[in-house]
Amino acid sequence: MADLVSHPDEVKVVSKRFGLGATEIDRYLELDGYKAVRKALGMAPESIIAEVKDSGLRGRGGAGFNTGLKWSFVPKQSPKPKYILCNGDESEPGTCKDRLIFEHDPHSVIEGVTIAGLAVGAHVGYIYIRGEYRYLSEIMQKAIRQAYARGFLGKNILGSGFDFDVYWHGGAGAYEVGEESALMESLEGKRGIPRIRPPFPAVVGLWGGPTVINNAETLASVPHILLGGAEWYAKLGTPKNGGTRLFCLSGRLNRPGVYELPMGYNLKKMIYDVGGGMAQGHTLKAVVPGGSSTPLLTREEIDVPMDFDSLMKVGSMLGSGGVVIVDDSACMVKFALRIMSFYQHESCGWCIPCREGTDWLKKTLTRFHSGGGVRKDIDDLQYLSENMLGRTFCPLGDAAAMPTISIVKKFRKEFEDHLDGKPCPLEKAEAIERSPVMA
Amino acid sequence: MADVNLTIDGKKVTAPAGTLLIEAAKSAGIEVPSFCYYPNLSLQGACRMCLVKIEKMPKLQTACTTVISEGMMVTTDSDEVRQARKGMIELLLGNHPLDCPVCDAGGECELQDMTFSYGAAESRFIDVKNHRDEQQWSPVVYFDRPRCILCYRCVRVCGEGMDVWALGVQHRGVSSTIVPNQEDHLECEECGMCIDICPVGALTSGAYRYKTRPWEMKHVGTTCTHCADGCKTTLGVRRCSTGTELVRGDNRDKSGINGDFLCIKGRYGFDFAHHEDRLHQPLIRRNGRLTPCTWEEAFQLTGERLRQIRDREGGDAIAVIGSTRTTNEENYLLQKFARTVLGTNHIDHHRTADYPALVAALAGHPKLTASMRELFEAPAMLLIGNDPTRQHPLLAWQIRNNVRLHRARLYLVNAQPIKLRRQASSFFAIPAGREAEVAAFLAGQDSAVAAIASETSPEAWIRWRDQLRREPKLVVMFGSEIRGDAVASLIKFAADLPEAKLICLGDYANSRGAADMGLYPDLLPGYHPVTEVGEFHKDWGGVPEKPGLSLRQMAEHAQAGKLKALYVVGANPVEELGLDPFVFSQSFVVVEDLFLTETAAIADVVLPAANAYEKSGTFTNTCGDLQLVKKAGEVTGTKSDFEIIVRIADAMGVAVRKLVPFGRGSRADMGQSRGAQSGEADRHSVWLEARGLEPKMSPFDPMAILDEIQRLVPGYDVSRLHLLAGMDQHTSLSGSGPGTKHDPSAIMPARDDLFSSGTLGRYCRTLNAVLENGHKLAAEEEVAAE
Ligand SMILES: Cc1cc2nc3c(=O)[nH]c(=O)nc-3n(C[C@H](O)[C@H](O)[C@H](O)COP(=O)(O)O)c2cc1C
Ligand code: SF4
Ligand code: SF4
Ligand code: SF4
Ligand code: FES
Repeated sequence: MADLVSHPDEVKVVSKRFGLGATEIDRYLELDGYKAVRKALGMAPESIIAEVKDSGLRGRGGAGFNTGLKWSFVPKQSPKPKYILCNGDESEPGTCKDRLIFEHDPHSVIEGVTIAGLAVGAHVGYIYIRGEYRYLSEIMQKAIRQAYARGFLGKNILGSGFDFDVYWHGGAGAYEVGEESALMESLEGKRGIPRIRPPFPAVVGLWGGPTVINNAETLASVPHILLGGAEWYAKLGTPKNGGTRLFCLSGRLNRPGVYELPMGYNLKKMIYDVGGGMAQGHTLKAVVPGGSSTPLLTREEIDVPMDFDSLMKVGSMLGSGGVVIVDDSACMVKFALRIMSFYQHESCGWCIPCREGTDWLKKTLTRFHSGGGVRKDIDDLQYLSENMLGRTFCPLGDAAAMPTISIVKKFRKEFEDHLDGKPCPLEKAEAIERSPVMA
Repeated sequence: MADVNLTIDGKKVTAPAGTLLIEAAKSAGIEVPSFCYYPNLSLQGACRMCLVKIEKMPKLQTACTTVISEGMMVTTDSDEVRQARKGMIELLLGNHPLDCPVCDAGGECELQDMTFSYGAAESRFIDVKNHRDEQQWSPVVYFDRPRCILCYRCVRVCGEGMDVWALGVQHRGVSSTIVPNQEDHLECEECGMCIDICPVGALTSGAYRYKTRPWEMKHVGTTCTHCADGCKTTLGVRRCSTGTELVRGDNRDKSGINGDFLCIKGRYGFDFAHHEDRLHQPLIRRNGRLTPCTWEEAFQLTGERLRQIRDREGGDAIAVIGSTRTTNEENYLLQKFARTVLGTNHIDHHRTADYPALVAALAGHPKLTASMRELFEAPAMLLIGNDPTRQHPLLAWQIRNNVRLHRARLYLVNAQPIKLRRQASSFFAIPAGREAEVAAFLAGQDSAVAAIASETSPEAWIRWRDQLRREPKLVVMFGSEIRGDAVASLIKFAADLPEAKLICLGDYANSRGAADMGLYPDLLPGYHPVTEVGEFHKDWGGVPEKPGLSLRQMAEHAQAGKLKALYVVGANPVEELGLDPFVFSQSFVVVEDLFLTETAAIADVVLPAANAYEKSGTFTNTCGDLQLVKKAGEVTGTKSDFEIIVRIADAMGVAVRKLVPFGRGSRADMGQSRGAQSGEADRHSVWLEARGLEPKMSPFDPMAILDEIQRLVPGYDVSRLHLLAGMDQHTSLSGSGPGTKHDPSAIMPARDDLFSSGTLGRYCRTLNAVLENGHKLAAEEEVAAE
């Protein structure tokens, strides 16, 4: 289990119960647990949706779509059962927040799933947990058992006449399965390949039924919104970016860790104040603001409020809250290679541009970094990435292309420095990796 | 469905609501490139080749998954779209081996074509390509993984189209690969559909690989020679030392009744033509041994002996056995020869279905038969008995895909849990051999239910029958299990429905044609009894009017020493029907065949015949669809059965023109109708002849006798133009003679399965390779396991 950090600027909402033993249902109940469900049971579904919509809560999974709005797309009447899906596949490099929620406050996720069920008229919820998070599955299983035992789940919950079942499901180790439609395929027992959209999950989702799929943090925020009110939550953040979110600060900082900060918190302050600044002897080179899929910001670009709209304005994305600090000891070619190795490994392979593009880019970057680069590679890296961008079947291809384009554009000089017999200015030369990657 | 208006590249396009953008564009003559999109298979959105610009959408959209909507503005040829296509090809070619010069697909590869049309001239890729050695998955399927572009067509056609599901995708990312169901090999129906549908050379055919290049072949569209379904198949032909060699069978011409489909036999079962046991020289029995001779000697001997026997003993001493794989023209000619030249009605063939009973029962109900195409469109289908997956692969394909694509209802009654039950909306198991009782029950005989209600209650049967009676358009299919009176019962049932139609299932490529052309001792062409020769009398002159002997009676006749000559054309009754060869030891036996079969082995004269891929004519499939058979190959030393029959007749001293009315139409009126002087016509025909335009009209031209068939056989008066253009036409049985009731035991279904095809099949190397591989249908095991 990870150590918890804290900072005075933090506003603890989803992390309120971290470290307080809330995995035990009694403790959770002492800490206002399951009050929100009780409240929701007394509300009309439309009011729950309105409350969530007005709170300005936006999806914490990466895309930042207004959660209440998403729920409102689910048809009222449906011949097929509706489902709530909690996306706990957390695999985006640099992101490690959902695991803290599962670890410290699993009941809040169950509660959020139940409220979503009440809001859209679903009677079944699934909590999908990343395969590698095995120990968290155990915590979640126990929490589900306890919730059933106390009547918060199952038939006629809290005597309301409303039935709601929650199941957990473990992944098998694929980043792509975090993508909503691939997750549904995986849950149905198939290969983790995304689906054609439209139809969108809200209309045709799991087993063909209307499905709400939300990130674990998104759902864990919902009970707090119902108890504290939409207005309170919205005011915590910036306009259209309600509330707080968990930022995962990593890299050579003095105090890396997961901090809950209001939306719109300044990035520079986050690094130098909350994260305690750069570690001794290191200077800042670049920042990945929202998980490995987001375009990098240079040292000069970090004076920016961390909310969805502001980051969009500077050409990046808030993403999943994984703030990765790149310091001066990092080689940007190697960094690009590391990212591309990840995407090449995680591409599901369904579509040409992502499957072939990530492989090609990885090969080029591998060769380039170990001294075999030629000048035209630099343009080719950009050309190939641009040919993937916006043309893949799912956003994973974009996720691979975007950071690459930003690195080549913003750190072109470092690429040029690798040419002409200088394998890597920052590292010792390595043998050229040329192993074919086919299984 | 309501129409939707949209604009593509400035062109106004209207298409039914629900149409995919890629299809709407195609209908307007605008090509949107695609790899993974394939009509009638599920959508993938995987190859991203079909990206187009749709106004108001920030990103390019896939035309193959976008449904058109009113007012949509689409651009398919902007710089952005062009760059997207080019980029996609570049990415695809990165890891592609580009071994086009040795690849089977080279020259007919969609990737090559796309690269030429939309790709980049040069590759930017300078790293090492991923490689994997090719794998053999079965005797007929090879996989060359680096060439695979992962369009998933093979996976879908195998699963969705064939309902075999033998191919899948394994691993992920760039390691993704197509895999066979048995880890390193395939156990499936070996139809080769995956190979055919593969846009590149990733899946290759064991029978064809590395043999030739597509442009070195001539491609001839003809009709399959195996089962009775009549698939259109395209044969790839190349010159070789013994004439021409058939090197490939496929269905590149998708216009046939089979559309995309071919089974293993249609695709690979052509290699019997080049089997080393093929006869290239006539044989005559000399001193008890079959020894090679010239054609002249063979004709001389045959003609002389047959004439002597006829003249001395009368036609009653001669019997003829016809073929289920020869053309309609040959069958017609053969029975005409038997009746008018040999003077006998002792003519029969291997009967596998009771068509005469069908005709008899259909009297007064014209247009009650369904074509193979109609089956695919029928909203409801009833099948009693038979296992089409094994016996009628095309029929099974039509049924399956009708259910999948049109949600048709399939009612099955069978003694076995046949594979098609997976598509059935109801499956009723019956005790073996009770199909006739089902027919009786359907016809309203409630007492019959006792014999069939073993697994399903009588009440359920009655509900089932009520439901069937409410089916507005039902196609009823039945095989050899239903014969005689049972056929009549079924037709009684069908005739009471608003618009029911029937398909009677025979077993061989031209079983239906053999029946239609009168290879029966008691029936003339068109099911006219020999006792009422009518029209035929006028045309043919004398015809014996006493019904002749059936196959089994011929053997008895021979045993009694009364059969002096037996003439067998393209049949192997000794092996296939268990005819005792010794009873013919006193008869003069002439056999025309490709091989020295068990029957040919007892012959006095063996005449090496051409097979259906080496001659022209027509076949009628089991539904009654008439199709062209087109000469593809040629093997030295053989002659078509048509020519052989004419030559024998000639050797008997017959005026051949009476048999084959050739060269009749020296169109004397041609010039006159154009108002010219007499003499003009002659000059016109000289001109035509000089340019080779006038049909040759030789006595060996089957088209000459087709004229007579079209005139005298009811239902065959279809458009000659459509026929010659390679189109299928349904010959309804309306106007046929009254048919008749035959002894039901005269019907002996072929014992063929998916990988066998009578005597012919035994000489197909590819089929044998599959069988020898200890091949079990995966589906069969699955059915057994359930
Ligand atoms: C390649 C890929 C991986 C993703 N991985 C995750 C993930 O691990 N967790 C997650 O919540 N969302 C992930 N998403 C986003 C989901 O598709 C989806 O947008 C999200 O679960 C919706 O929930 P939200 O609206 O609460 O953010 C991923 C998306 C893509 C394209
Ligand atoms: S972009 Fe294509 S290959 Fe990549 S993960 Fe998505 S669907 Fe799979
Ligand atoms: S083998 Fe051929 S048909 Fe199958 S996925 Fe590969 S390229 Fe497509
Ligand atoms: S289904 Fe029958 S006609 Fe068609 S290819 Fe197979 S054997 Fe030939
Ligand atoms: S044809 Fe549209 S994505 Fe392949």
